[in-house]
Amino acid sequence: MPARHLRIVEKTGRATIAGIAEIGYGAFLLGESLFWLVMGKSRRQPVRFGAVVAEAMEFGVRAIPIVAILSGTVGAMLAIQGIHTLKTFGAESRVTFGVALSVVREFAPLITGIVVAGRSGSALAARLGTMRINQEIDALHVMGIDPVRFLVAPALLAMLAVLPLLTLLADFVALTGAGMYICMDLGMDFPAYWERVIESLKVDDLGHGLGKSVIFAVLVTLVGVVNGSLVQGGAEGVGKATTRSVVHAISAIVVTDMLFAFVLTR
Amino acid sequence: MSATPNRTPNKVIEVKDLVTHYGTRQILKGISLDIYEGEIMVIMGGSGSGKSTLLNHLLGLLKPSSGTVSILGQDINKLSAVEMTKLRTRMGVAFQGGALFSSMTVGENILLPLREHTELDHSTMAIMARLKMEVVKLADFENLMPSELSGGMIKRAALARAIVMDPRLLFCDEPSAGLDPVVSAAIDELIITLRDAMGMTIVVVTHELESAFRIADRICVLDRGDILMVDTVEAVRSTSNERIQNLLNRRLEEATLDPDDYMRRLTIGI
Ligand SMILES: Nc1ncnc2c1ncn2[C@@H]1O[C@H](COP(=O)(O)OP(=O)(O)O)[C@@H](O)[C@H]1O
Repeated sequence: MPARHLRIVEKTGRATIAGIAEIGYGAFLLGESLFWLVMGKSRRQPVRFGAVVAEAMEFGVRAIPIVAILSGTVGAMLAIQGIHTLKTFGAESRVTFGVALSVVREFAPLITGIVVAGRSGSALAARLGTMRINQEIDALHVMGIDPVRFLVAPALLAMLAVLPLLTLLADFVALTGAGMYICMDLGMDFPAYWERVIESLKVDDLGHGLGKSVIFAVLVTLVGVVNGSLVQGGAEGVGKATTRSVVHAISAIVVTDMLFAFVLTR
Repeated sequence: MSATPNRTPNKVIEVKDLVTHYGTRQILKGISLDIYEGEIMVIMGGSGSGKSTLLNHLLGLLKPSSGTVSILGQDINKLSAVEMTKLRTRMGVAFQGGALFSSMTVGENILLPLREHTELDHSTMAIMARLKMEVVKLADFENLMPSELSGGMIKRAALARAIVMDPRLLFCDEPSAGLDPVVSAAIDELIITLRDAMGMTIVVVTHELESAFRIADRICVLDRGDILMVDTVEAVRSTSNERIQNLLNRRLEEATLDPDDYMRRLTIGI
């Protein structure tokens, strides 16, 4: 049935074009945001510091409990699993080294990115989608207030500031969680554990994790904003865009993380 | 309330041969319309006739396929971003649902254009905003959130925000939609007051006949993307044009059934 096959080809083609268009739109928004961050003052339309702080509170401070709980738990889990696995080789004393590297290079940025995508990427999509449907975006346009400057740039800046800080927090809490189990199980004392953690880590490892968190910040913000601003079809559309934005942001984060790991371990 | 015959014909808005498409479907089919200083022009038509599309073009929210839209003597699709921003400070818009920012109080909403476009100190701005709240009879409500307002109050707040910069031009999208007759009459009254007291040129988009007849100096009747007639209230009322009479007699839906649209709906996705 050639017609059917053509239909599939056509659908795939359309989806691909739409996907590329969205990525292009995201890149455009990133460029515009940077433009306003740099040029806003001279155009007498600065990006408001107050708006950035408000976003940072929402994205960052309110995310602290959940990031702490999850990273502490994952840290302990890594320690438990690590000791269990290494025991087979009689190498359980090496667990600290493994845990320290995996937390700082992989798990802390990944957990933080995923939590923030779930909390704030979706919230951004919902907020912008609702604003679009209520013509609030149009209202900004006709008032001569650029929506990218007013809504997107502050969110992006806040996310860029907050995600690396949350990642640092996740590093610390996850390593503490792991340390508590390791000290208990292997009878090590806590200061000695931290000493070994610091010995195992290079500045590079920390930079690797934080660098990724910066990229995740851009991804989460843009995915949320793009999905929000393309909302169609009322409240139901907002719901769909919200879900879509979480799925897209988490996928983007995981794929980027894998690419990062691949490239940087060559 | 009728047209002033001896006004100086000072064009504030000039639309020339405006054609517009959504996708491949033509919506506005070459519209020309002049709007003069100090008049209240009502754009009227059944649903789907292209009123919102025309309004969005006047506001510079849509780009035409061909034709021009000039506001205060400037072709808005040829302006730079900076020039457009400047022009926009001279236009105010009250959207159908108010489009108030839900995260800000009513007062902050009304202050926003001043805060973004002027260097005034805060107390001056606050006084200017309160003046406008008095004009729309919304004093004492500045600390409420938009979600705490009734439908009529939202429209008033939206009007206050639209006029806070003392614009030369005011646009109102469906100012009486969804309001009961008494509240709707009060909003109409307010629109007339704004024109009389502040000399604004006002463009109102509506599908409500009573409201249109009450406030209009001239009415532009839009149907299936074409202008059927632009004339005074009396002339529109007494026209012999059958389609307009149908519209006035509310045989609206049937009259505006668009065959293209109908086919599209039947065949969509098949
Ligand atoms: N975003 C859009 N995409 C496609 N078609 C649209 C869109 N908006 C409006 N239309 C179509 O354009 C026509 C005119 O719509 P509109 O200007 O909203 O009319 P009105 O405001 O008079 O109800 C309608 O047939 C409508 O289906």
